Amino acid sequence: MGMWTRQRGARRGLALLLAGGLLAGCSTLPQTPLDPKGPVAQTQTGLLLYTLYIAVGIGIFVTAALLYVVFRFRARPGQTGVPLQIRGNHLLEIVWTVIPILILVSVAFPTVEAAFSTATPPEGALTVRAVGYRWWFAFEYPELGIVTANELRIPAGQPVRLELTSNDVIHSFWVPKLAGKTDMVPGRVNIAWIQADEPDVYLGQCAEFCGDSHANMRFLVKALPQAEFDEWVRQRQAMAEGPRDLSPAAARGRELFESTAGNCFACHAVDGTKAQGAVGPNLTDVGQRSTLAAGILENDYENLKAWVKDPAAFKPGTTMPSHARLSEQDLDAIVQYLQSLK
Amino acid sequence: MATAAKTLGFIPRPTAQTGFWSWVATVDHKRIGILYGVTGFLFFLVGGLEAWVMRLQLARPGLEVVTARTFNALFTMHATTMIFLGVMPLLAAFMNYLLPLLIGARDVAFPRLNAFSYWIYLFGAIFINIGWLKGTAGGDVPDIGWFGYANLTSVEFSGGLGTDIWTLGLLLLGLGTLVSAFNFIVTILNMRAPGMSLMKMPIFVWTVLVTSALIIFAFPSVTVALIMLMFDRAFAANFFEVAAGGSVVFYQHLFWTFGHPEVYILILPAMGIVSEVLPVHARKMLFGYSVMVFSTALIGFMGFTVWSHHMFTVGMGPVVNSIFALTTMAIAVPTGVKIFNWISTMWGGQVRFTTAMLFAIGFIASFTIGGLSGFMHAAAPSNTQQHDTYFVVAHFHYVLIGGSVFALFSGIHHWFPKVFGRLLDERLGRWSFWLIFTGFHTFAFPFHFLGLMGMPRRIYTYAPGLGWELWNLVSTIGVFVLAAGVLTFIANVVVTMRRPADAPADPWDGRTLEWTIPSPPPVYNFATLPVVYLRDAFWFHKYPEGKEKALDFGSPQTGPIHLPGPSLMPILLALGPTVAAAGVLFIRMRLSYAVPVIVAGFVITLLAIWGWAFEGEGGALIEPGEGD
Repeated sequence: MGMWTRQRGARRGLALLLAGGLLAGCSTLPQTPLDPKGPVAQTQTGLLLYTLYIAVGIGIFVTAALLYVVFRFRARPGQTGVPLQIRGNHLLEIVWTVIPILILVSVAFPTVEAAFSTATPPEGALTVRAVGYRWWFAFEYPELGIVTANELRIPAGQPVRLELTSNDVIHSFWVPKLAGKTDMVPGRVNIAWIQADEPDVYLGQCAEFCGDSHANMRFLVKALPQAEFDEWVRQRQAMAEGPRDLSPAAARGRELFESTAGNCFACHAVDGTKAQGAVGPNLTDVGQRSTLAAGILENDYENLKAWVKDPAAFKPGTTMPSHARLSEQDLDAIVQYLQSLK
Repeated sequence: MATAAKTLGFIPRPTAQTGFWSWVATVDHKRIGILYGVTGFLFFLVGGLEAWVMRLQLARPGLEVVTARTFNALFTMHATTMIFLGVMPLLAAFMNYLLPLLIGARDVAFPRLNAFSYWIYLFGAIFINIGWLKGTAGGDVPDIGWFGYANLTSVEFSGGLGTDIWTLGLLLLGLGTLVSAFNFIVTILNMRAPGMSLMKMPIFVWTVLVTSALIIFAFPSVTVALIMLMFDRAFAANFFEVAAGGSVVFYQHLFWTFGHPEVYILILPAMGIVSEVLPVHARKMLFGYSVMVFSTALIGFMGFTVWSHHMFTVGMGPVVNSIFALTTMAIAVPTGVKIFNWISTMWGGQVRFTTAMLFAIGFIASFTIGGLSGFMHAAAPSNTQQHDTYFVVAHFHYVLIGGSVFALFSGIHHWFPKVFGRLLDERLGRWSFWLIFTGFHTFAFPFHFLGLMGMPRRIYTYAPGLGWELWNLVSTIGVFVLAAGVLTFIANVVVTMRRPADAPADPWDGRTLEWTIPSPPPVYNFATLPVVYLRDAFWFHKYPEGKEKALDFGSPQTGPIHLPGPSLMPILLALGPTVAAAGVLFIRMRLSYAVPVIVAGFVITLLAIWGWAFEGEGGALIEPGEGD
């Protein structure tokens, strides 16, 4: 990363002033890459700001020169004669060829340096396999035996190695505060890495157009303190045995979920149960998630019920069918079952 | 007058000089230029309307002005329309109209091919929009993004006809573009006035030459990609089918091998226009002509070495990303040289703030911003933060509107008196410039902020609370101002066209050959072919430096001038591939008569070629001063 990421704070402050800080009272930008919270994003943002300053500097210089020339040499009334027809000036043209080259060389070095330093995950990083689906994300921890969706829990301060691919069309994995985009390409696996320096929730969004509900394909990265993460892993692994201590309503919901009445099991999996569908997100821990439908709805009772009833109202083009045919009680039962999965 | 030789053609060459059929059969580069201009401008308005609806949808979070799918169709068709049906044809209008005038010729090398290019453009443009008749719900309007990445374009993920319409439409449009490119190259190389060596050509002609070369090398790549896509969809080939061993990334390489040069196809002629307007309205020679020529050629060559900078996030690895980052940065050098040379052109001049000049100055200011954000994109690692966000949307709107479109408006105001014999109203012109200029920046500058706040492109809606509300609203307001400017321009044209055609031959104190002939030019352009001794020959003819001769008007014309005859074969030849394309579409629709329609298309094509070859010389001999 080297010198290009030093003095980040000051640079970022200026950049926010230039770029976003102009907007009154909007100090929180949850999805801006200008507020990097991990080493990959910091390297990238350092470079971004370096190029931004150069661009702004040159832009101001050229605009000033343009305005000066235009007004200084404007046609004036009563002007007679024709201006001297100058064909060119080799020295000047060499000057404005060489100076840009020097500026570009100064950008080329950190560019190549950053391209390599951000490409390879550090040794010993936790591996997560992230798979894009239309329009949600599956997250698998092969070393931990955990499969979840749309919310990626990672240990803060630790590098995470991402194996990115897609189950259908091209998607792109992007958590602006942690790292720039890496595409999720069907038929190949791209390697990227992220690290969150501080525990927090970071917003992610698909960044490659992938059809109808591209706009509705978001996710969260929840960086937890190491101890909390370990605790979550333990607890989550224990859930592989299936849900326990279900209320009567939730148990009724489970029956619907796992039968042709609800037919949820055809697409969704809940670990340790009969439901092992692989079309939609794994719902083993859906009750823990703070959002629904790939980050577009807050996970509460009403939203969950409305979503199950008519997903297309929230996510145009979704393959999840409407469940308006179910009675209110059945819907309530299913929602209670889902909420108990945590 | 007309040569009425008996021919083997099945339709005699028409002879009408006026009326509807004279336009259908015209091979006059000036009329074809006007056709390109009017059609291109109409599609420019269509593309603008599409943009306006999108900006309404995005004005606030969570609006439902249109459905998700309609929005996706709108941005796909907005880009496709603006690039292929709006800006390229408008540039082609300038090329068609001006090229022969600038080089002192009476027409392009192949007048009938020129007409063919226009008609297939028109048919392709209608074809690619045909899905709107069925609406967007069934996916019959292209909704795959303007670069149509595989495998979103597969039948599995885009089952409607939109992708087929898009693929076939672009193939038709590409055909016309390629033919034009060959036509222009031959015209430039073979038909310059005596004495006009390559380095004495007006700079716009150079940009047309380089652009045409770019087209010839770039379009085959996208043609291959589109044909593979068509085969995948119509005949279940598996070029981009992952499960069958196809590669989706391969499509991206094919597309951008075309797609990046295409960007220069859109900007180089625009730079040429500005490079013609600035010297006239600053009354000073273009600064560093030879360097400008060299920069143009260099940008053209380098345009083929940078395509993968559109793919920095696709997983090519740090070595490839670094290489393409460096080649991309290198392009900034010749581009920067041009900007400084434009400013130097005005240095020491007498800058007249005509509307044409205001747009040219607006071009320099706005294009510079677009160029600088382009330079930022070259840095591959930080590009991954900008890629597919509104920061990129800002970039290409600055180079395409601030660049190409401003140059087009500049050129329209500059050459309008030549084409229509009337000077556009300067007062309305200034109004339209300031509305378009402020509207554009109000609309597009916020995209920089939105991109840096993490807003991805191509999203039909967004949630509140991400900090994107204000600048989206500002941008939408900007569109209204921009639209007001365009409407003012249209009003200006309407008002002006109702005035008598009384523009002088040389209203701006011009420098190049087109200003030596009447406004509008007679059908034969030059009564006597000029002999050129210097660059900016007309200027130095008027304002000689020393004793050097600048321009001669040749020997007095002896005998009448031969003009190529009108022909219906170009429109018929354009109809053939269009019918065949409809047949391929019918295969996807599983219509029983699909194959016969394809065959019919080929038959029409062959008939047209037969008629073309054997319809005879035609044409008319005309005395200078007679007609038009």
